[in-house]
Amino acid sequence: MAAEKIRVLVAKPGLDGHDRGAKVVARALRDAGFEVIYTGIRQTPQMIAEAALQEDVDVVGLSILSGAHMTLCPKVVDLLRAQGQDDVLVVVGGIVPEADIVQLKAKGIAAVFGPGTSTQAIGDFIREHAR
Amino acid sequence: MNKVEGQRSLAVLADGVRTGNRLALARAITAVENETENAHALLATLYSQTGRAHIIGVTGAPGTGKSTLVTGLVQAYRHAGLTVAVVAIDPTSPFTGGAILGDRVRMRALSGDAGVFVRSMATRGSLGGLSKTTGDVVILLDAAGFERIIVETVGVGQAEVAIASTAHTTLVVEAPGLGDEVQAIKAGILEIADILVVNKADRPGADRTIKALEMMLELETGGPRVLRHHGQLIQPETPLPTATPDRWRVTVLKTVATSNDGVTELRDRIEAHRAWLHRSGEWSIREAVRVAQTLENILRAELSRRILAALPQAGMNAWIQPVLRREIDPYTAAHQLLNPK
Repeated sequence: MAAEKIRVLVAKPGLDGHDRGAKVVARALRDAGFEVIYTGIRQTPQMIAEAALQEDVDVVGLSILSGAHMTLCPKVVDLLRAQGQDDVLVVVGGIVPEADIVQLKAKGIAAVFGPGTSTQAIGDFIREHAR
Repeated sequence: MNKVEGQRSLAVLADGVRTGNRLALARAITAVENETENAHALLATLYSQTGRAHIIGVTGAPGTGKSTLVTGLVQAYRHAGLTVAVVAIDPTSPFTGGAILGDRVRMRALSGDAGVFVRSMATRGSLGGLSKTTGDVVILLDAAGFERIIVETVGVGQAEVAIASTAHTTLVVEAPGLGDEVQAIKAGILEIADILVVNKADRPGADRTIKALEMMLELETGGPRVLRHHGQLIQPETPLPTATPDRWRVTVLKTVATSNDGVTELRDRIEAHRAWLHRSGEWSIREAVRVAQTLENILRAELSRRILAALPQAGMNAWIQPVLRREIDPYTAAHQLLNPK
């Protein structure tokens, strides 16, 4: 029997094109043994939710630096839940003020990883919390 | 049974696949890919409803533009009113077991279309350009009613030809500047093409690449083009009409996938190949070869599992050191393991 792999979708919602961080995280998660589906920049929440469904991922990682996280990230969570993916873990990486982190968590984001987070910490969190 | 297990139960998944529930299809694919306990029962339930889709293989070296070309092909098929599923394969790291599946980056134009389903797969240790369960995933997509299924292999080298026994029509994608006439006459990947595509045909050197491939095709000696199973040509149940000189002619098509140039023509050529397969009887031959290989693969996997399970505990480990010290060669060690005194 093949071992079950944890599948992670890495996406950049919205209009900022700074994908270096997303690529670094994608690579680090690959090295941690995850299957990473990388979708690239300028994704709408609808595109992200659709990809998460087709790929049946365990985790969605959103990379966002534009400041639009309060709009875009909860939208992804809502779409996932609406299509029946209640068990998908949603995590955010980027520049998010402390006050917003509290609100994002209230809206179903499992974790927010700010600047300076080690990639090891992200991998460990996913391994511990993915279904 | 908890909620999640319920949603992933055999009956729910099988019904969902049949009725076009995309979440059920996605979860069924996961079950098959992970080779869970449900997987074989799921395939057994759905198998009788398969055999309708036309399976198109797209293979070629990394960076030749396969994913972009597949995106264009899907759009061309959607214009023709057909539903399309895509299986896109990327390699698994042999060291960590992880993978980056990046084909969706090129496929963003396909989102929001209920007539399209894209799934990325990692090779998970398989060689040959596909993953072990790709064929089973194709069965699920076929059962879900997709009319065309495009399988994009990993970026391949010269000898990864597994796609030819999975697909009905195989495209080999080349790009300018990758090799000369000697590359073009080598055995392997080019031989499996039903259609050769030179993508990025707006780049310098495209004409030379096309000429080299056409020269290779002109040297075609008229030998058998059916993939053989252990050197045996598998005969279809209804004998072929031997008198028809209706042979498929492999041609070289030019495309520029980024601007969709030549993509409609490529779709039409694939459809011409499909029509020829049915007209000539070649379809039954390819299906028979495919079934024979599938059966053999399943038997091989099961037999090696049984034999390895029957070996004495730590049996293999005991022979590693003697082989390392050159006291015994690996063939003799294996023989002794299988034939203990």
